[in-house]
Amino acid sequence: MSAPTVARPTEDELQAQFDATIAADHRIEPRDWMPEAYRKGLVRQIAQHAHSEIIGMQPEGDWLLAAPSLRRKAVLLAKVQDEAGHGMYLYSAAETLGADRADLTDKLIEGRQKYSSIFNYPTLTYADCGVIGWLVDGAAICNQVPLCRSSYGPYARAMIRVCKEESFHQRQGYELLMTMMRGTAEQRAMVQDAVDRWWWPSLMMFGPPDDDSPNSAQSMAWGVKRHSNDELRQRYVDMSVPQAEALGVTLPDPELALDEATGRYRFGAIDWAEFKQVISGNGPCNEERITRRRAARDDNAWVTEAATAYADKHAS
Amino acid sequence: MAHEETVYDALDHAHGGEGQWAFGTGFDDPLAGVDTTIPDGVDAADLGAYCLMLGDDALVLCQRLTEWATRAPELEEEVAIANCGLDLLGQARLLLARAGTCCVLGRSREHATDSIPDEDALAYFRDVDEFANHHLAEADGGDFAQTMVRLLVASTHRLALVAKLRESRDPVVSAIAAKGVPELTYHRDHAARWVLRLGDGTPESHRRAQVAVDAVWPLTADLFTATDVELRLVAQGVAVDPADTRDEVRDVLTMVVERATLTVPAWPADRPSPGRAGEHTDELAPLLATLQGLAREHPAATW
Ligand SMILES: [Fe+2]
Ligand SMILES: [Fe+2]
Repeated sequence: MSAPTVARPTEDELQAQFDATIAADHRIEPRDWMPEAYRKGLVRQIAQHAHSEIIGMQPEGDWLLAAPSLRRKAVLLAKVQDEAGHGMYLYSAAETLGADRADLTDKLIEGRQKYSSIFNYPTLTYADCGVIGWLVDGAAICNQVPLCRSSYGPYARAMIRVCKEESFHQRQGYELLMTMMRGTAEQRAMVQDAVDRWWWPSLMMFGPPDDDSPNSAQSMAWGVKRHSNDELRQRYVDMSVPQAEALGVTLPDPELALDEATGRYRFGAIDWAEFKQVISGNGPCNEERITRRRAARDDNAWVTEAATAYADKHAS
Repeated sequence: MAHEETVYDALDHAHGGEGQWAFGTGFDDPLAGVDTTIPDGVDAADLGAYCLMLGDDALVLCQRLTEWATRAPELEEEVAIANCGLDLLGQARLLLARAGTCCVLGRSREHATDSIPDEDALAYFRDVDEFANHHLAEADGGDFAQTMVRLLVASTHRLALVAKLRESRDPVVSAIAAKGVPELTYHRDHAARWVLRLGDGTPESHRRAQVAVDAVWPLTADLFTATDVELRLVAQGVAVDPADTRDEVRDVLTMVVERATLTVPAWPADRPSPGRAGEHTDELAPLLATLQGLAREHPAATW
């Protein structure tokens, strides 16, 4: 059997083709050639995002059994279910780059890959579920909407679906807070307390400041990332301040003020030392989150093994 | 770019677009728009009590399934278990709301303020001895095998009931049943697939599946004896005699368990269900304490 003699493109030609695709703002698809560093960087980013969706089920999941009305229970169960779905689409997107979901999960559990540090804070009252929807899903949307135009096709498409659902979560969270603010004095105090605890961590969700963000420049050049961390953080603050006013809560930052000249809000300094503590494993719930994820894998390993054995026996 | 604007747009109109909400998460009373007149010749107290029986089975089992959230063997299973939980929760809400329209609120209204809807007054402010679910629903979840065997038994039984309840003379019960049939068909199918995989998987999963079958089987003793309320409602064309589901339930369960290469235990002798009479095992009180704790701490709150 003789192969047709088609000249194989050289590495340089492939690189040029890739660069042209990026320059034209077209999508890279799984079968296209891509530089190894682009592939690796994407796997890292998508896996970290997928892990965040899955670990992110836990803080609110802790209230599923205790939700204070049946309607709220339905809302919360549907939301936690959506997050599992988000994790699944994202792991699938990573698999189009040659990664493997089980292997990525192992890396998460072994601490070799990270997830968003926001999920290492505890949910102390039911207001936390509302504030997570409003602020955490809200920040996630600001981060993710630009990713709907990511240069990598499967990631961009996953993000479109994810963002639609995140926007429901944000509304549902905000609507819970609105309802609680119209309720008893205790409920209003719960909302304010939750805002006090989640506001600063939510600002940290955009990552380190631009002058301290090692991977950002390359990600921007490759069209994997579209806006800098600080730009997205600013957008988020600008969006959240009027929402806080409408809700009737105070954001815990005395320096927060409208800059009349730019129409944007100035805000106080973020405690990056805390961020580094939490991201390096010393947040209030890091250990609990990973322990539970590990238990889900290990305690149920016999189930997964059974499913594989059954499928092998009945493969025809 | 266009998409980016759409998403932000959606956020600005925080209260529009009701159609996009997930089922059961809207603001309406679950029975909004439904004619809740009690049919002629039907005793409202009986109908309400019957709705509590079926509603409590769904609510309590939903709570047991939800205990798996964030702890399931696979992400696909997180989604599937949440689907089953949401379906059962939806059925429970409709049935408790129906009980509310029959004015069967028991002692719950002594504690719940008027701002709390009937479904929540009933779910959150009844005590353990006012719950009417079978012990099958409240039994501790156990491992994944036990969870799936119990789901198989519960969904097989409930499906057999609601399939017949589509003919109920109460239009509300009949509508709830019609909605429940495809849901429960999915639950039964999902659980049956797992029982097959576990029974016919590895030696370890086979062992666990057999332990689960042996543990769950005795609970079927309670499923087939009608209460007086049910007998009266059967006569009025509203309820189904659970005895009429016995053959179907046993046939389906036998078929699945045998195909799963497991041993079908002897069927226990039927007995009147203690759960239906408000007599529960020690496993229900802690479940209810978790379910109800927060709502009871804030009886004047609205959520
Ligand atoms: Fe998500
Ligand atoms: Fe979300």
